[in-house]
Amino acid sequence: MRQSNIGWLFLAPATLILLVVGFIPFIYILYVGFFDWNTNAVDPTLRWAGLQNYRSLVFDTTFLNSLARTLVFAFFVVVSELLLGYVLARALMADRLWVRQFFRTIHTLPIVVAPIAVGATWRLLCVPGFGIVPYYLKQWFGIDYNISTNAYHAFATAIIMDLWHWTPFVTLSLMAGLTALPKEPLEQAQIDGGNKLQIFWYVIVPMLKPVLLTTVFIRLMDALRSVDEIWMLTKGGPAEATRFIGLHIWINVFPKTDYGYGAAMSLLTLYVTIVLSWLLFVAMTGRKGDAQ
Amino acid sequence: MRRSGIASFVLWICLTILTLLPVWWMLVVSMRPRVKLYSKSFLIDDLYWDNFLAVLNSSTFLQYLWNSLIVATSNAALVCALGLLAAFGLSRYRISGGDNVFFWLITNRMAPPAVFLLPLFLLFTKWFVFGDFMLFDTKIGLILLYCVFNLPFAIWLLKGMLDGIPLELDEAARVDGATTGQVLSNVILPLARPGLAVTFILTWIFAWNEYLFAATLTSSADARTVTTALAEYVSVTGTNWGEMAAMAFLTTLPALVVLGFVQKHIVAGLTFGALKG
Repeated sequence: MRQSNIGWLFLAPATLILLVVGFIPFIYILYVGFFDWNTNAVDPTLRWAGLQNYRSLVFDTTFLNSLARTLVFAFFVVVSELLLGYVLARALMADRLWVRQFFRTIHTLPIVVAPIAVGATWRLLCVPGFGIVPYYLKQWFGIDYNISTNAYHAFATAIIMDLWHWTPFVTLSLMAGLTALPKEPLEQAQIDGGNKLQIFWYVIVPMLKPVLLTTVFIRLMDALRSVDEIWMLTKGGPAEATRFIGLHIWINVFPKTDYGYGAAMSLLTLYVTIVLSWLLFVAMTGRKGDAQ
Repeated sequence: MRRSGIASFVLWICLTILTLLPVWWMLVVSMRPRVKLYSKSFLIDDLYWDNFLAVLNSSTFLQYLWNSLIVATSNAALVCALGLLAAFGLSRYRISGGDNVFFWLITNRMAPPAVFLLPLFLLFTKWFVFGDFMLFDTKIGLILLYCVFNLPFAIWLLKGMLDGIPLELDEAARVDGATTGQVLSNVILPLARPGLAVTFILTWIFAWNEYLFAATLTSSADARTVTTALAEYVSVTGTNWGEMAAMAFLTTLPALVVLGFVQKHIVAGLTFGALKG
């Protein structure tokens, strides 16, 4: 390690670009959020509005519903992916090496496919009248499945699509975490007569905590901001059944050109995201503090 | 023992089918002529390429494809170059406040894109304007913009790799009279080449896959990318499923090509090196 400020020279280009495309937009939106600004209004200039944008936001039921819907979606998705991913990771760990390697390759596929293409594919599968999913659900089970009229079907399909897209990532992460676990504590627990549930809860979970935390954190962030797939699958509909927060901001701000309000909406969303990740962090690490 | 073998076999078969079915169905639909589109069979009946030909004969789509290639390749190259420099600085020098800068660099990746759409749109159309040139609706705009999520990723990945290259090698080269530039080009670069390849491919794929920024910050064939082409196609012609599937398949193709190569690194990449794949 060399003690010198020459190091800064190497960091400078990257820092400069991220200042321009990452930091300045943040400051700018903070500023715009305090103004009344609509380029298509009678007065298209910026007028000081104080906290008025935020005040109206608190009573904007479409916005709040969309936010709540996103949280429900993220909760379902993260919890089911974690459970499913853990079961699959354990099953894969117990299997032969070539099986593991085969599934590592297969499971990489959904992760690297463009989200917009994921949405397009699921539309081909699920769109009423054309897709095979509604057809065979009707044929085999007599279920009338229609994502363009039934809000529950659309919401469920959005969740299942996300499970298809991201459970493989959770499985692969947990596999990586499980592989790195030391064997001795597990063997010791078995010798001491712990049953499977006890070993899982008191030995594996604490040891796996950093991995679980990272995985849940990344999945939560992604689930809160998913737009592309949903947009392709349902366009946020029927009505507003699958209009999640990112989509809500996107399809509202630009056509209406109500920039001050849009800025407030974006910032509040960012704030909720940050608070959630902080709560998650405290919840996961705080419990560890109690145990010790 | 035998029964559990059969159970696991069935489980793995189901899992394989479930994972591959959507992509398979996309391929099946893309190879169906219009008259057979509503067939519910899961199999490719015959090799019918007209959907692909129709898509590839459209000059707009080719233009979009070309834009995507340029944007993804330039962005990946830019990000690798700047990422390597930054990672070198972070890995080889003790920088005052370096940890904080590093943390800030990384948090950029976690930013929800929808939140930054509005300020970026306003900045690109109203502030980053130089005479007749504005960043809005240009490939350069997208190339710079994709640094928001790709640069932190590259810095993280490359810092991990550079930390793995022993400091003694640098010192030995310096004792022999090498300048910092020579250390970087003759010692670090050859050893970091595999890492750079992984970084390049992953960032290329992320840039290729991006939709929301491209859809909002471009408006003409000068800069629109394949992902926006696919989305536009769906809203313009709702029922031409064969061509839509062909287009979706072409969008997916690069991912399929690099699949085998990236599978070792994808977990480490996406979890910021917290987990080794």
